[in-house]
Amino acid sequence: MFEFRMPSLGPDMEAGTLVEWLVKPGDWVKRGDIVAVVETQKGAIEIEIYQSGQIEQILIDLDSKVPVGTPLARIRTELEAKPGAAAAAPPPITPAAPPPVPSLVRAPVRPPPPPIAAAPGAAGRVRASPAARRLAEAHGIDLSTVTGSGPAGAITYADVERHLGEAVAPPERKRALWLDLDAMRTAIAAAMARSKREIPHYYLEHQVDVTACEQWLTQKNATRPPDSRLLIGALAIKAAGLGARRFPAFNGFFRDNKFEPAQAVHVGVAIAIRGGGLAAPALHDADQLSLDELMSRMRDLVQRTRSGRIRSSEISDPTITVSSLGERGVEALYGIIYPPQVAIVGIGKVVTRPWVVDGAIGPRSIVTLTLSADHRVSDGHAGALFLAEIGRLLQEPGKL
Amino acid sequence: MQQETVRSGMIEISYREAVREAIREAIKRDERVFLMGEDVGRYGGCYAVSKGLLAEFGPERIRDTPLSESGFTGAGIGAAMAGMRPIVELMTVNFSLLALDQIVNTAATVRHMSGNQFGVPLVIRMATGAGRQLAAQHSHSLEGWYAHIPGIKVLAPATLEDARGMLWTALQDPDPVLIFENVMLYNMTGKLAADAGPVDIDRAAVRRPGRDISLITYGGSLWKTLEAATALAAESIEAEVIDLRSLRPLDDASIMTSVAKTRRAVIVDEGWRSGSLAAEIAMRIVEQAFWALDAPIGRVCSEEVPVPYPSHLENAAIPQAPKIVAAAKAALGRA
Repeated sequence: MFEFRMPSLGPDMEAGTLVEWLVKPGDWVKRGDIVAVVETQKGAIEIEIYQSGQIEQILIDLDSKVPVGTPLARIRTELEAKPGAAAAAPPPITPAAPPPVPSLVRAPVRPPPPPIAAAPGAAGRVRASPAARRLAEAHGIDLSTVTGSGPAGAITYADVERHLGEAVAPPERKRALWLDLDAMRTAIAAAMARSKREIPHYYLEHQVDVTACEQWLTQKNATRPPDSRLLIGALAIKAAGLGARRFPAFNGFFRDNKFEPAQAVHVGVAIAIRGGGLAAPALHDADQLSLDELMSRMRDLVQRTRSGRIRSSEISDPTITVSSLGERGVEALYGIIYPPQVAIVGIGKVVTRPWVVDGAIGPRSIVTLTLSADHRVSDGHAGALFLAEIGRLLQEPGKL
Repeated sequence: MQQETVRSGMIEISYREAVREAIREAIKRDERVFLMGEDVGRYGGCYAVSKGLLAEFGPERIRDTPLSESGFTGAGIGAAMAGMRPIVELMTVNFSLLALDQIVNTAATVRHMSGNQFGVPLVIRMATGAGRQLAAQHSHSLEGWYAHIPGIKVLAPATLEDARGMLWTALQDPDPVLIFENVMLYNMTGKLAADAGPVDIDRAAVRRPGRDISLITYGGSLWKTLEAATALAAESIEAEVIDLRSLRPLDDASIMTSVAKTRRAVIVDEGWRSGSLAAEIAMRIVEQAFWALDAPIGRVCSEEVPVPYPSHLENAAIPQAPKIVAAAKAALGRA
């Protein structure tokens, strides 16, 4: 048995509001499943679970705001939940019922009508009547969010009707699943103020010729449909990820006055949200991904972030951040580190500049890379090597 | 003047008398009609339905037969094919098994086998059901078997109106019609319009409207089901009671209309559960109204044993109101 608790989705998060349960008692969950949606200052975050088991009890009602660390649900481990495991479990504290005494009374002539079969519900299967299913489908209702009152707890037509009535009543619920930009601004303000207050930043800048990248991308994308084309941002993230792998002083967290290098490289990708929001959810193991995989995950991440469906691990896992202004940006940006991370890499707009190559001046595609790093953890010398390494990696895009 | 008064009023009458009145009317209205069966004449009928008719109409119209169901049912079929409108009374469904070949192999098939040259406009009446302590060989409810057979119609009058009105309509049918009279209903009395006459025989009837569950039944079980519905109403469950009236053909439209409204159904059928008419109705609901259902379809049928002789065991073996109440509550998740 273990408790699933309100996770911390950032250094400034003190509490979260539970807005949606995606599981119910009896459901099986496995590591990585999304089990709930929590409303935070960063918006509605899909919360994953990190252990497998069977949901025993939901402890927190919807729309309750609870502090980080509060148990949200009790979960039986797979071992405990197995049929027959009860025998192996420690004896209950309450005295067990006495064993049945053999009765002299014979079974009644007519056995009671067979109970409505309480078939062992397959994991995740909702017991609902055909009428309820059809009504729910017509209104796009997720049956796992409806409480059943029919035979063996089945969801009936009337249950869905009741749920519909409730769903229509409070319109706030629906809004809560979208981003609250005011709250997000408050969170950004708190994190950035803390960063500038606590982290002694130093800044480096490096101009890199990415003509090779551009040529490689042109060739690579020539035969691809638009939705699977690679962008230079993906190359930069991969290069930054590989660089961070080689220079661990820029990949990790500064906590309790000491630096904890991270084992994996999860690159936080700064994503602007229309209307004035910003989030930097993680591209997990960015240094390990192929460029195609990285690109498709990046597309998914951007799309989900902008629709307010980020996962809890994506919020809490980034070990380093990459911020790219893209084609509409300017030549250079100097980022503010997102605590407790220790570095942020900035990627400016690619511009065409006169450049000396092999003793001759010619037009080349130039990008300005910047690094903002935590001087408590690293020095400018190491930072320069790290930034130069990213620039070097971008010279051979085929090897990324 | 006196006739006018009677016609517009209600009379107290038993189910038995209502059937007798129906026979009297048929004999009087149509000279081709005659009643034939064991003990229908001098004895007045095993259940006293035809008491007094021999004296009133004479042996040409009220004919006692030998104890040979196959023989006189066959004679009835022949008479019908030859232009008569016979009413054959088989004492009970238990003895109709001796005439099964005539009914299933001949009456039901002649129109088909003759290429539509001959029909069998025959009505066969018989008693059915348990509850009178007549033991296993005389307590069957086999109307569901007959409802399996294409070529015949099967009726189950449960009310005084239907006992009085179904016979004439059945006699107008160009094909064989079987009428099942539940033995427990003969003594039932009630008010019937003095001018009651023929009724339709192709539609089910809503005997009690309700919104929570459809209780579908026929014949003798109708009254137990209505009793159950009253008990359910005391627990705020509004049951709709459907009287099938015709077991073949089944009035699917009425059944589905009711189930679509209540979304739940329990079928009450004195036949045994396995391979029963109740099974057929449940399957039709699944086929035609699956997406309207809110609960598994329930059945209250007879226990799968030969019907016992002792009264308490006999009562325990066939559907009773408490079982119907329990099945309805189970379907509502309130067991």
